[in-house]
Parts: sequence; structure tokens; C-alpha cells
Amino acid sequence: MTELLRIENLTISSASAPEQLLVKNVSFALERGKTTCIVGESGSGKSLTALSVMGLLSDQLQRQAGRIVFQGTDIAGWNNQQLRNIRGKQIGMIFQEPMTSLNPVLTVGYQIGEGLAVHLGLKGAVLKARVASLLQQVGIPPERANSYPDELSGGQRQRVMIAMSIACEPAMLIADEPTTALDVTVQAQILRLLDDLKTRMHMGMLFITHDFGVVADIADNVVVMFRGEIVESGSVNEVLNNPQHPYTRALLDCVPDVEGSKPLKPIDYAWLKTGVVA
Amino acid sequence: MNPTSDQHILIACGLNKTYTQRSGRFGFGNSKVKALDDVSVSLRAGSTLAVVGESGSGKSTLARCLLQLQPLDSGEVMFQGNNLAKLSGHALRQERRHLQMIFQDPFASLNPRMKVRDIVGEGLLIHEIGSPKEQLDQVVRMLERVGLKTADLNKYPHEFSGGQRQRIGIARALVLEPKVVVCDEPVSALDVSIQAQILLLLKSLQQEMALSYIFISHDLRVVRHIADDIAVMHKGKIVEQGRVTEIYAAPAQDYTRNLLNSIPGRKPLAA
Repeated sequence: MTELLRIENLTISSASAPEQLLVKNVSFALERGKTTCIVGESGSGKSLTALSVMGLLSDQLQRQAGRIVFQGTDIAGWNNQQLRNIRGKQIGMIFQEPMTSLNPVLTVGYQIGEGLAVHLGLKGAVLKARVASLLQQVGIPPERANSYPDELSGGQRQRVMIAMSIACEPAMLIADEPTTALDVTVQAQILRLLDDLKTRMHMGMLFITHDFGVVADIADNVVVMFRGEIVESGSVNEVLNNPQHPYTRALLDCVPDVEGSKPLKPIDYAWLKTGVVA
Repeated sequence: MNPTSDQHILIACGLNKTYTQRSGRFGFGNSKVKALDDVSVSLRAGSTLAVVGESGSGKSTLARCLLQLQPLDSGEVMFQGNNLAKLSGHALRQERRHLQMIFQDPFASLNPRMKVRDIVGEGLLIHEIGSPKEQLDQVVRMLERVGLKTADLNKYPHEFSGGQRQRIGIARALVLEPKVVVCDEPVSALDVSIQAQILLLLKSLQQEMALSYIFISHDLRVVRHIADDIAVMHKGKIVEQGRVTEIYAAPAQDYTRNLLNSIPGRKPLAA
């Protein structure tokens, strides 16, 4: 068991209204070679939690408290210059929208190579060969290095994003809803690819999603967030098959199952508020 | 599931639609895309027909062409004894009253400068149904039916959450008491809990108002829940259609099987 990341008592608020907490006392840990999924509805604080690991919170938000221990070092207070040595090199990140997160005027080969040049000082033929092998690893023919993002499909663009994020062989990968914008068949391929890379490169993966189906496919551990707080966490088997918290149960009840055997039940927020969640 | 007859309320035959698309670098070239390639579907009265497919399969084009929001190249759409594709002007507007649409994005499909009362009441105004007083009563009744309040009448869309906006969109479509409603991805922009609320609302409205739905979706879990029949589209063609329960249990086409096997969290079907 190698602990890779530990978040302790992370609390985030809006900068202008410090009493308004968006993430409250969030703590969890991630090991190498494992995938932790953060699940929640919009506004639950799942993306903010992930962004704060990389120090990517917007200026309008502030981290009020908490430690972010990455490979034994608390990086929570680091400035941009310090973080730049980690971003892309030791922690890779994949975002939801493969259309908007690539630069349209640069070839995908250039964009994949950028991190390698900056962090590892690779250039020339060595860089080119490395880019080609990365493209191959994510299932894109190496000659597509000279293509521009608009010449690729959505799934291929997300593969390029993945190639960029793993270029420097990071210890950890943060994936923020990486398959939400994709078709189901492409989603299944991308999930398989990420899982495969995680195992092969022995990375820890922090995976943000709102889809319990995706959780069932990819997670080892699950963290369920509701209104900025963790309401339940545990192994994927425990959380999905034996949920303890009423919110987790309610959230699972409103996911339509493909067998069509259980009735849909929307969440009764009023009951949750008065009855269980403070 | 509600008792659905085998009587068909909407029958589309041999629909074709081709788009010309800019292609090549900087869009200097032209290419043709067959969005609908000899598509035939029929909707049983009181039932829900799901049209599923991946992006670019032509499912939204089909929705728009059925309602004549886009002209067809060829084909006929029979509704209440009329071929909608042949109608225009006043005659088409008359039929439109019975054919309504619920859109995907509750943020983009409501006019931000109109109050809820005007958004929901616009159809009644256009079709000159009832006096202004009766129209207002009808709008209030419809709002209450979809779970909104009389106090919401004078609010603007931005004052509502995504789920509530979708309720406004539903009220807008149903205030004319249509017979056929085309729902184009009505829940795909919503959180699962809100999605469940809207799906249940659509189901109960269907029973109360004897509606027939055409439900466009890419989410096969949602479809399993709401639809009676399913048509699977791929590259402008319908590759398979039939009862939901039968096709989910035993898809005849490889494409459908692959689609079903890609549902996250599901154990693969045997080939």
C-alpha cells in the first residue's frame, strides 16, 4: 500500500463571502494503482476538490483550511511557480471538454510534446519518437501527430488529451468527467483505456463523475459528496451494494437501471435536510 | 405501462434528408451528408417511441423533420389523415397545435426576455384559443400541473433552476393539449435526481393527457425506463426497431448489441 495523495479537512469558500462554504472538511486518501471516484450532483463540490489538488482554484475562491499531502509533502500552500513543477509532470489532468481544452492552431503532436520539452528537456528526433509512442499507446496512428484538433473526432481528441496527460509518466491522474461529452461506445473505449494505463503505469487516478454506471466500471474506492461534504466513502462494492447513508441510497434510487426492474425515485431533498443531513 | 393500442397516430414513410456540409481545411470543399436515409417509423397511440443513436446518427434531424421544422427531401408523414410534408402555411399551423416539442437545453430554449406567463401562454395566443382570462387560467392550471406555482407567472427564466426550466418547457408544449409530443433529449442536461423527477412527470402527464411521445435520446438507461418501442439509428438509417423489452433482451443487430454493451456499469450480453 503506497499512499500517493492525502487530503485532510479541505475547506473551500467563496473569497468574497468566507462564511459561505463550498467544500467542507473533506478528507480522503488515494493509493498508487487505484482509482478513487468522487460522485455527486452539480454543485456538490466534486470538481472544486479535484481542482484544488493542482492549485487551480479560481481567484474568486479560497482554500480556508486543509492539507493536501502529495507523496509526503503538503502542497496546499505552494505558489504557482512551485506547482508548475508538479502540474503535468507528476500529476496529469484530463478535462471534460476535449473540444475546448486543445489549442486549435497547433498540431496535436506539438501539444503532446510540449510537456515533454518543458519538463524533461526532450527535443528533436527523441521528442518525435516519444510523441509517436504516446499516440500509439492511446490508440491513435502515430502519423496523426501532424493533424490539427478539428481533424479528429471527439473520442480521438480525448485520446490526445490522455496522451498529453500521461506524457511525463505522472504518478497521479486527475480526470474530471472525461467521458461526459462522449457517445456511449466511445465512452466505454476511453474508460477501458484509462483503466489499462492506470494499471500499466501504476498511477493513482482521481476520477470525477456524476454517473454511477461509470463508477461501477472503473472505481476501486468511492467518495460520495453532497453540498460540499463527504456523506459516505468506501470501496466500490460497499458503497454501491450496501450504501449506508440515506443520500447515497436516494442518489442510487434515481438512476434508471437498464433491466427496468426498479421504479425511479427522485430525491426528497426536504426530507434529507430535516431528517438526516444537517 | 399504460394500455397502448396498436393503432398508429403518426406514421412516417421513406424519409430522406441530405445536408450539404463544408469540408476540408478552412471549409472550402463541399460534401453531402445523408442525415436521413429512407427512414420509416410509426408511433402507436398513447405509447412512447424512443429514437436512439450516437451523435451524428440523424436522430435529432428525424425529430425536426417529423414536425416539419425542417423540410424533407422526400417521404411522407401521415398524421390524422394528412400528409404533413405536403401541408404549408395555415393548414400546417393548424396541425402544429397537435404536435409539440420539448427541447434539450432548458437554458437555450426559453426566451430570457419573456415572462413565464407569456412563454407558456404564447401558443394559446397564436392559436386564438379562449379569451385572455381563459388563457391565463389555462396557463396557471398547466403550471400547477407541472409542479410550478401561480407566483411563478411573472418571473423570468433565469430565476429558475435547470429542472424548473424544463418544467416550463413542458408546460409550454402541453398547454395546447397536443396529441404527439417530440421530446429531444429532454433530460440529458439534468442531474440524475432531477432527471428522475422529470421522467416521472412526463410519464404521468402521458397517462392523464393521452399523449404519444417520440423520445430522442442517447441514454439507453433512460430509454429502458420511459419507452415502449425503440428505433435504433446509425448513420441516417434505422438499423433495428421493435419493442424495448425484446430488443434489450435480445438485439438482432451487432450495432445494437454493441450499443447496449457499452452502457456503463452493465454486464455484457452474450453475442
